[in-house]
Amino acid sequence: MSSRPPPEPPFLVAIGGSAGAVEVLLTLLPALPASFPGALVVVIHLRPQVRSLLPSIFAGHIALSVREADDKDPIEAGTVTFAGPDYHLLVEPGGSFSLCTTEPVHFSRPSIDVLFESAAHTYGRRLLGILLSGANEDGAAGLAAIARAGGRTWVQAPETAGARRMPESALACMSPDRVLSPSAMAEALRSLSELE
Amino acid sequence: MTEPPSDFDIELRLLLEAIYLKYCYDFRSYSVASLRRRVEQALEKFGCRTLSQLQDRVLHEPSVMPALLQYLTVPVSEMFRDPEYFLGLRREVIPRLLTYPSIRVWVAGCSTGEEVYSIAILLQEEGLLSRTTIYATDINPEALRAAEAGVYPIDRVAGFSESYRKSGGRGSLSDYYTAGYGAVVFDRALRARAAFSDHSLATDGVFAEVQLVSCRNVLIYFDRDLQDRAVGLFRDALVRRGFLGLGNRESLRFSKHADAFTELLPEVRIYQRCS
Ligand SMILES: C[S@@+](CC[C@H](N)C(=O)[O-])C[C@H]1O[C@@H](n2cnc3c(N)ncnc32)[C@H](O)[C@@H]1O
Repeated sequence: MSSRPPPEPPFLVAIGGSAGAVEVLLTLLPALPASFPGALVVVIHLRPQVRSLLPSIFAGHIALSVREADDKDPIEAGTVTFAGPDYHLLVEPGGSFSLCTTEPVHFSRPSIDVLFESAAHTYGRRLLGILLSGANEDGAAGLAAIARAGGRTWVQAPETAGARRMPESALACMSPDRVLSPSAMAEALRSLSELE
Repeated sequence: MTEPPSDFDIELRLLLEAIYLKYCYDFRSYSVASLRRRVEQALEKFGCRTLSQLQDRVLHEPSVMPALLQYLTVPVSEMFRDPEYFLGLRREVIPRLLTYPSIRVWVAGCSTGEEVYSIAILLQEEGLLSRTTIYATDINPEALRAAEAGVYPIDRVAGFSESYRKSGGRGSLSDYYTAGYGAVVFDRALRARAAFSDHSLATDGVFAEVQLVSCRNVLIYFDRDLQDRAVGLFRDALVRRGFLGLGNRESLRFSKHADAFTELLPEVRIYQRCS
């Protein structure tokens, strides 16, 4: 039943958002081809008791494969991994995800900061962090950690966000590499073939 | 492709080694991403600048290890967490346990006991509790004491009741506790059938033969090798056709021992030992 782990993707794109972020994903993810060389991981704030609809919204409608994270799932190129409700999602060294049930951060579990900080630690320069629309401050500290670790950071332009607080909190504490509208972000992501 | 270890990671390895040598708690094969975060929080709490400073205190100040253990072990739990799991036990597992004259259940990594009381209530309602022994084990002595006391803050009870109801509960959760002073105490009858004891999935062996192992949200803290060790213990403890329940996001997919089990209710992660 256990199989050999697939080769690690050359880079990881970690995306975080809350209110207003699903709309942006509907622009970003369909823009990407099945041959996208990186792996994607997404934390969108969810209510804890509710089953997430995200995987089914996207599965079959985009070229990439889609799943909800289980403990120790391998990080695979061309795959979008969504954090499920009620667990933090973290990036382990050696190319896999792990989960944990410690207390919520910024009232949220999964938390974007938790994902971003662990990804920064393991992926360093091979990481792109993207922070989207949202109504709280989760993700700002995590994005700063990605920048410190040498990774790249993009933030959704606040004026294009359904809820500006999340991108604005990031802009208040760090200088991202780019501030982009959803359509410009889709274009930039699509043309990304490597990091560094 | 692996980044060279940071000073923090080097010091973390040394700290875990020191803890193992001095106290026999073995955290060396835990998932590092979440361990790192929890240890960072501990640094703040103990007012240490580096992990080397914390290591010095762990080795020389007796009060530090028990406090640090609260960070390393994640002692959080809820009654009837993921009600569908308990509904699955009620509908598919309990009826299959009815044929045994005496039943033994192992709740591994029981933390502060919420999972133990959830299972005890379920067994009670299905008429099995009086012939069941529940082995409730954990490595955190403080959590085990709380589990044995069965006292929980009253503000958590509304959430517990809601989940109890969704898990197919036959009565009201208030049938099982007494309230007072901002807390509730679960009935002694529920824990009379439970034995709470220290047991580590990382260092200890099998201690009993059981028909059901419930080990939820513990394996996520382990790396794959340690997960294999723990699942190996479960396999060895289980009778043929015995049951293993894991957390919502845990599976045997990556386990070396996957072949020893079949999926009984894959959507709620309940497995059955092959005969
Ligand atoms: C998040 S709690 C899970 C509580 C409960 N099973 C539930 O799902 O609600 C994890 C528990 O695993 C325990 N644990 C950690 N390492 C362990 C080990 N090596 N052996 C046994 N228990 C362990 C911790 O002390 C903690 O109480």
